[in-house]
Amino acid sequence: MNCCCEANSKPFDKLDPVFDKYKNKPGSLISVLQEAQELYGYLSMETLEYIAKNIGVEASKVHGVATFYTQFRLKPVGKYLIMLCKGTACHVNGANLIEEAICEELSIREGETTEDKLFTLNNVACLGCCSLSPVMMINGETFGKLTSAKTKEILRELKERQSSDQEVDTL
Amino acid sequence: MKLIIGQGSCGNAAGANKVYEAAKQYIKQNSLDIDLTSTGCIGMCYLEPIVETVADNGEKHTYVKVTEALIADIINSLIRNTVLEHISMSQEDKLILSKQTRIVLRNCGNINPEDIEQYIAKGGYKAIEKCLRQMTPKQVIDEVKTSNLRGRGGAGFPTWFKWDAARRSQSESKYMVCNADEGDPGAFMDRSVLEGDPHSIIEGMMIGAYAIGASEGVIYVRAEYPLAIARLKIAIEQAVQRGFLGRNILGTSFSFDMRIKVGAGAFVCGEETALIASMEGERGMPRLKPPFPAQKGYWQQPTNINNVETFANIPWIINNGGSEYAQIGTDKSKGTKVFALTGKIKKGGLVEVPMGISLRDIIFDIGDGIVKDKQFKAVQMGGPSGGCIPVELLNTIVDYESINKTGAIMGSGGMVVMDETTCMVEMARYFLDFTQKESCGKCIHCRLGTKRMLEILERICGGEGKEGDIELLEELANKIKESSLCGLGMTAPNPVLSTLRYFRKEYEQHIYDKKCTAKQCKSLLAYTISKDSCTGCTLCSRKCPTGAISAERKAVHSIDKEKCIKCGKCFEACNFNAVLV
Ligand SMILES: Cc1cc2nc3c(=O)[nH]c(=O)nc-3n(C[C@H](O)[C@H](O)[C@H](O)COP(=O)(O)O)c2cc1C
Ligand code: FES
Repeated sequence: MNCCCEANSKPFDKLDPVFDKYKNKPGSLISVLQEAQELYGYLSMETLEYIAKNIGVEASKVHGVATFYTQFRLKPVGKYLIMLCKGTACHVNGANLIEEAICEELSIREGETTEDKLFTLNNVACLGCCSLSPVMMINGETFGKLTSAKTKEILRELKERQSSDQEVDTL
Repeated sequence: MKLIIGQGSCGNAAGANKVYEAAKQYIKQNSLDIDLTSTGCIGMCYLEPIVETVADNGEKHTYVKVTEALIADIINSLIRNTVLEHISMSQEDKLILSKQTRIVLRNCGNINPEDIEQYIAKGGYKAIEKCLRQMTPKQVIDEVKTSNLRGRGGAGFPTWFKWDAARRSQSESKYMVCNADEGDPGAFMDRSVLEGDPHSIIEGMMIGAYAIGASEGVIYVRAEYPLAIARLKIAIEQAVQRGFLGRNILGTSFSFDMRIKVGAGAFVCGEETALIASMEGERGMPRLKPPFPAQKGYWQQPTNINNVETFANIPWIINNGGSEYAQIGTDKSKGTKVFALTGKIKKGGLVEVPMGISLRDIIFDIGDGIVKDKQFKAVQMGGPSGGCIPVELLNTIVDYESINKTGAIMGSGGMVVMDETTCMVEMARYFLDFTQKESCGKCIHCRLGTKRMLEILERICGGEGKEGDIELLEELANKIKESSLCGLGMTAPNPVLSTLRYFRKEYEQHIYDKKCTAKQCKSLLAYTISKDSCTGCTLCSRKCPTGAISAERKAVHSIDKEKCIKCGKCFEACNFNAVLV
């Protein structure tokens, strides 16, 4: 939160309708956190504290719930979120090698984001496409029957698309 | 004329989305009078994307592995009433379908899940009508008792017994909950039913709610299933519009509302009491039973929780009678079971088989055996709570007691096939890694014991195993089983115990001989170059990241063991199979 422009002076305005929606529904903390993450991409400390204050729950509890569930991210993610399946079928069919290929290509480890904020790697359990294993999902699109080479190719293509986008931007 | 595209998550991943768009475009561009719809997963994932055509005279035809480029041809042959043989579903594959008994999957792949009318046309919502008009709650429970249906979420507890307990609990408000958290990380049966036939679950829950006297239902779905959530939402909306949900359903005094609660990613939340805590917005920590949910569950009210597949069976049982259901299966396990058949299997996908069928029939007859015809080694059932069944026991039949005897469990239906290239020690390490991360931390043995077991397994796979490790694993395993509060801890050591039972030799080879016969544990591999096959092309040395390969052109290469980091790049690169492991 290092932006000081006007639009951001009330950075949590967008949450107010969410609070209204769940006001009379006890036990909605998880739903509120899910909607907040949807809005902001991740849950910063400030977001968690703001939520705690507004729904009348201790900050420690909000933090406890947010850290308990793997869906919640406390750090921002890159433009492309790579969800690599580490389910049993994918594991048996070599998901480890795919993880190595991704880590090598992007110089990050699981849970990390590249310096240019382009990619984040998250491991997940079964994406339900076991017959195409090993599988990864990038921003909702599924890629199956991966090999190390194919994985690197996909990542390079995304990188290239990004840099050509940037060229267009600067023109 | 009709064109039906299979659009489960798996179909879409294989490209069904694009096929659908291509078909839509083509039909629009050529102003054709063809009805384009989508359906759920039929279970034959290895053939996706699948497209079915229905001619005006009702003649049906199924095409497999369809791409966008083939759409024009398919539509034209539908119009001309011809058939494209080369992409038609083979006789053999049709036979596979005929070997199954489809009760749970009766509508999956046959109706459009986003259209309630199609469900109704297949006899949908007839069962709840029958219950409301002709049966008392007690009679409904008796019918389920006659069917002998046991919970499909893993434990196999008789469904009627839970319903009866909840019915007897006295309270103003009771809840009916569907457990759609599907936590086993190699299984997707529930997802396919949610995506392919959501109304069958809604109807099953309604019948259960009528039986126990609940007026509110909640489906707890895992967040990783966006398509299932979307289709459930549509289904609930349509059911409300058609008057199947809401107040005074079908003009009776029965009222029932339903909503979806989206999970947030925690395996332990599949456990009933943790699931209830999570529904209440808390951390998903299990608690001691009793009181059972049937007495004190969601908001301290009587609550009944069943699995997706359990509910999907219910309308069929009411329509066809409990005794008809009990005709199928073995003495103590009735009906059918859906399995997600995956791993090193040729024809992987979703299969629904009658209880009593042998594992061999499922894997070799329906699944067509092992990829590349390699040697079958084991089949894993029950995921992180289950175990591996070796080749000697392939004739074991599918029924709760028989599977339990092998040290595995029926589980929710994950069936992962492994071949000679799967290392059983590494598999045990994989599952312990999973349960160790997923332990909620409440019980000390589950929290720390699994961590210690994982460390030992990592050591063994890393070539640092030592004498006494196996015994230590066994001791820890038994302690964890004894002193954990919930099913997660009680079953977490199973993958280790079952592999120790059948594959102890592999553990010993890792520890004493420093060998991994499946060639999976990197630290235990040694790369060498065959004098006879090496042509001296230098490709491997160029790929080697550490310069460990001395390579003079046209001379036999060699690998410096000190420098080698066992990354396998040379093995992948060599075109002459000269790199040996
Ligand atoms: C750690 C753990 C995870 C579980 N995960 C699931 C699950 O993902 N889906 C499910 O239906 N049941 C799961 N169960 C079983 C449920 O606790 C419960 O027995 C089941 O939902 C009851 O439904 P049923 O009687 O229809 O099987 C799990 C149990 C444990 C201990
Ligand atoms: S295990 Fe990876 S998609 Fe199922």
